[in-house]
Amino acid sequence: MPVYYYIFLAVALFSIGVIGVLIRRNAIIIFMCVELMLNAANLLLVAFSKMHHQVLMKTNPTAASDAQVFVFFIMVVAAAEVSVGLAIIVMMYRNTHSVDVNFLNRLKN
Amino acid sequence: MNNILQIVWLIPILPLIGFIINGLGRNNLSKTLSGLIGSGVILASFIISVYVFLSVKEGNTHLIHYFEFINTVSLNVHFDFQIDQLSSLFLLIITGVGFLIHVYSTSYMHEEPTKDFAKYFAYLNLFVFSMLLLVMGGNYIIMFIGWEGVGLCSYLLIGFWFKNNEYTNAAKKAFIMNRIGDLGFLLAVFWLLSKLGSADFHQVFDNVAKLTSFDIGGITLLLFVGATGKSAQIPLYTWLPDAMAGPTPVSALIHAATMVTAGIYMIARSNILFTMAPLTQAIISIIGISTALLAATIALKQNDIKKVLAYSTVSQLGYMFVGLGVGAYTGAVFHVMTHAFFKALLFLGAGSVIHAMGGEQDMRNMGGLKKYMSITHITFLLGCLAIAGMPPFSGFFSKDEILAAAFAHQPILWIAGVVGALLTAFYMFRLYAMTFHGQFRGTHDQQHHLHESPAAITIPLVILAILAVVGGWIGIPEVFMHGGHRLEAFLEPIFEKSNHIAVKHELSHATEYTLMAVSVGGALIALLFAWNKFSKYQKAEINETGIGKVIANKWYVDELYDKVIVQPLQSLATFFNQVIEKNIIDGLVNGVGKAVHYGSRQIRLLQSGLVGTYILLMVIGMLILFIIQLFL
Amino acid sequence: MFGNYITIPHLLVLFPLLAGVLTFFIKKESSAKSFSLLAVMITLLISIASLYFHNNKELSGLTFNYMWLKSIGAKFSMALDGMGRLLTFLTAVSFPIILIAGYRSSFKNANVFYGLILLAQAGLMGVFLSTDALLFYFFWELALIPIYFLCSYWGGEKRIAATFKFFIYTFTGSLFLLVGIIYVYLHTGATRFSDHSFSLNAFRTVILNSSQQNFMFWLFFIAFAIKMPIFPFHTWQPDTYEQSPTSVTMILSGVMVKMGVFGLIRWVLPIFPMAVVKFDNVLIGLSVIGMIYASLIAIKQDDLKRLAAYSSIAHIGLMSAAIFSMQTVALEGVVIQMFAHGINIIGLWIVIDLIERQLGTRKISQLGGIAHKAPVLTILLVVIAFANIALPLTNAFVGEFMMFGGLFKFNIWYAAVAGLSIILAAVYTLNMVQKVFYGNTNALTESMKEISWNEKLVLMVIVVMIFLTGVFPQPIFELTKISVAPISTIFK
Repeated sequence: MPVYYYIFLAVALFSIGVIGVLIRRNAIIIFMCVELMLNAANLLLVAFSKMHHQVLMKTNPTAASDAQVFVFFIMVVAAAEVSVGLAIIVMMYRNTHSVDVNFLNRLKN
Repeated sequence: MNNILQIVWLIPILPLIGFIINGLGRNNLSKTLSGLIGSGVILASFIISVYVFLSVKEGNTHLIHYFEFINTVSLNVHFDFQIDQLSSLFLLIITGVGFLIHVYSTSYMHEEPTKDFAKYFAYLNLFVFSMLLLVMGGNYIIMFIGWEGVGLCSYLLIGFWFKNNEYTNAAKKAFIMNRIGDLGFLLAVFWLLSKLGSADFHQVFDNVAKLTSFDIGGITLLLFVGATGKSAQIPLYTWLPDAMAGPTPVSALIHAATMVTAGIYMIARSNILFTMAPLTQAIISIIGISTALLAATIALKQNDIKKVLAYSTVSQLGYMFVGLGVGAYTGAVFHVMTHAFFKALLFLGAGSVIHAMGGEQDMRNMGGLKKYMSITHITFLLGCLAIAGMPPFSGFFSKDEILAAAFAHQPILWIAGVVGALLTAFYMFRLYAMTFHGQFRGTHDQQHHLHESPAAITIPLVILAILAVVGGWIGIPEVFMHGGHRLEAFLEPIFEKSNHIAVKHELSHATEYTLMAVSVGGALIALLFAWNKFSKYQKAEINETGIGKVIANKWYVDELYDKVIVQPLQSLATFFNQVIEKNIIDGLVNGVGKAVHYGSRQIRLLQSGLVGTYILLMVIGMLILFIIQLFL
Repeated sequence: MFGNYITIPHLLVLFPLLAGVLTFFIKKESSAKSFSLLAVMITLLISIASLYFHNNKELSGLTFNYMWLKSIGAKFSMALDGMGRLLTFLTAVSFPIILIAGYRSSFKNANVFYGLILLAQAGLMGVFLSTDALLFYFFWELALIPIYFLCSYWGGEKRIAATFKFFIYTFTGSLFLLVGIIYVYLHTGATRFSDHSFSLNAFRTVILNSSQQNFMFWLFFIAFAIKMPIFPFHTWQPDTYEQSPTSVTMILSGVMVKMGVFGLIRWVLPIFPMAVVKFDNVLIGLSVIGMIYASLIAIKQDDLKRLAAYSSIAHIGLMSAAIFSMQTVALEGVVIQMFAHGINIIGLWIVIDLIERQLGTRKISQLGGIAHKAPVLTILLVVIAFANIALPLTNAFVGEFMMFGGLFKFNIWYAAVAGLSIILAAVYTLNMVQKVFYGNTNALTESMKEISWNEKLVLMVIVVMIFLTGVFPQPIFELTKISVAPISTIFK
């Protein structure tokens, strides 16, 4: 399968994520959109890793596909982010009884 | 005569010591003591000056080096004194007449509080010190020290009664006018320094040949600007009449012995430069004669006794400059000397009158004083005759010498000079007649107090009167007596080089006799006319009209200066202060601050706190970066 | 002396620095005051010793040198040459005068006040001593910061605005200087330890083409021009002088503006000679315009402090014109004038402060007739005023004479126009003397009293110095001639 299939998919996911972050005000949905963007990046990492691995295999059959290890990094970071982010959202809900991010602009005062 | 060298420095130092003692001890010294110290140091200087003069007369001239004032890679100024014929003659005039004025002051100023009395003598001594420094300096820079020093002292003395704002204004005016001249002097010195690398008199005069005629013209013109300030010539003369604000003996000192003669001295000292600059000389004669006539006309209408004398000083100084301009250096110096005698006499006499009148200076309120003050009257009359140029009084010889030289140079100058002489005779005898003859016109109180002044005042008057009579006899012209001009012979070494270069105009004896007869005859007529007109003067309100009003208002020169120079400068200063400084320059600086402030306030609005906006901006930013990366 | 480790330059900087830090911990006002006075006195003694041990060699003899930041080639190097000796002496002598003159005044948090003053002294000393560009910059800023706190805490009503402007203005200048220093540094040659060097010698021998020089010149020049200040960078000065406590104003105008003049002579003329020659007309033109401009404005001032500030701007303008005329005689004049101007202007401030403390006003229009009430003060002021307008036999005459002479050699017209300022100086100074001291007393000045012994003492010291250096300026020339003349030979 040519790599650009993956690229289109990732771009589509990423764009959905970006647009979701931009137009939605619900913190949880924004949060999910952020995850979507992260996973779009993950998908690309895996796809490119595979592509490079195939190229390398032609000259060096023992080459390893180590680039995919980045995906784990990102998943760990995402997990950490989810825990912190959700905590913030919970606190936010407790304070404002809403998960609308625009309520947060009150911080500036 | 080595011992001369060892005591010469005492001549200026003694007055300085007097200044320090009187200045520091002004709270503790009694009047007698400070008077004694003040006059004593000048007397001592005078005695040394006589000694020095006698030594110089035998032909010993010296350049005495004391210490290095400035000695650097680029500039070398020695603290030198030059003792020669010219300076020793001036030393005599300054210390001699100065001493008489000091003695006179002990009585004249006696009513001042002790503290001020001592302060007065301190200033007077400082004045003499500065003048001595000016005359003795061996280069232009030491001369300049004295040159500015006399300016300072005139400031202090004119503003001596500093409670009165008009007096301090006059003092300020004197100093500032002098400073304008000083700038010219300074620039001339720089010119000399940059061309010759030295401002020593002997270096400069020996190397005149190295200067181009443009340089010499520029230098002499600038020096002359300096002289117009100090010696009160057009256009910087207006401070001198105002300098009347000071105590009368100070006027005598400024007008007769010191200060105003500085310009003459400086030009006479630099005669070789001036002889080589014919254009400057022409300018000097024109300015000199215009000043002489202008001041003489103003003097015709003044009613303040000191003002008349002040304008007569300006006028006489004009004659001296005519002398310098036509190359009659000896004549100019001669006139300085005789003028010192008779002008000191006239001022001190006027002081004696003012003293008797209880401070009254207006001649319209005087009259008939000869009955009450016979010594003052007689000495004053002699002074008037001397200044009017009546033979055989001193003024006749010196003025005649200048006029003869002027005739030989340019007859028009002579005609103007004779007109000036007639005016001089007229206003002096107007003054004399109004003061000493006719009816007393003052108040009853004043009449009651009229008295002859004490000995400390009359003795200097008598001595000066004798000098005013006989002082001219050292310069009897060749036509009367062969070898009669002893002063010329004495000063010959100073003016040797100039005389060598200058074109000699010889006048026939017949011409000289005619010239003398015309000027003396004219002056006599003017004198008798004034006598006739004013000896029976009655007080009357006269409304001056036409030219008389212009003259009475001193040709409106002060007003003109005010309009043309002072006010535009003031408005320029206001403009700078109000507009340029506050709005433009500071406005620019503050504007930068304001712009930053305004800008940040605008940019702050972007920080709305809406997360969506932030993200939108972030995405837009990323897109722009992408586009730049991909397509540019 | 003192072996290889402690030298006089070392002491001159570190002693006030340590004393300043110590002063912070002295809580009692009177002890803080006496301690700081003692400290500046000792500094003065050290400085006198430095005059005594001079050997007239260019930047050698009393030097002090060790690696500071080895890898970038910055050395902690200091040296005393003639000019440095003179200016450190000025710094050392002016601080005791300033402290004694203000001995009667009382400040809250006196320990901080005096501590900051000593720190400022250390910074000033460092500026005059450094022979390393980075160190120079360091001290340049070190001198500025205490002044900022002094003004903003103990100043007048509008102190916050004034000091803010002052700080931002001079700090902007400093940043230009820093950029310039780094740029020139990057063009210096390698040393044993590093690729480039900050030392004065490396800067002097740096090779820059003419466009680089022109650019760098302006960076350095603006920093120094703001500090001096030269027209049109001067507007911070009257405001700051007006608002600062007078002791600080004395430091600012007496010593601190000399940093700029000094910087031009030491750091600009030898490093960017081509640029200086190229821009000489612009620079002298600015300076001369500034002189006339400031003198005219001074005529219109009603506040004594502002009057003195503008008079100072006019005098500094002459110094900068003289520097850029590139004549030996002018530079020698500038050096002696830096000293003379420092002494005179401090004297002037002391008198202004005395009047303000007694009568509570500095407005010329409200004063008058003080001469009746305080004759000694008047006499001393008149001497200082006449020294300020450079009357012969006072200290300023020699310097002004030589500076005008140099300017004349450069161009007669500049000298003639600049010369007008000596007339204008007489106008505003005499106006001030007349309106404040002469005339009749009014209700306010009726209460004026004669000054006290300590005030008389400092003013006497100043007057004695005025006459001493005015009549015998030669020792100062002896001290400085080796360090000044070589600079002007670059331009021959």
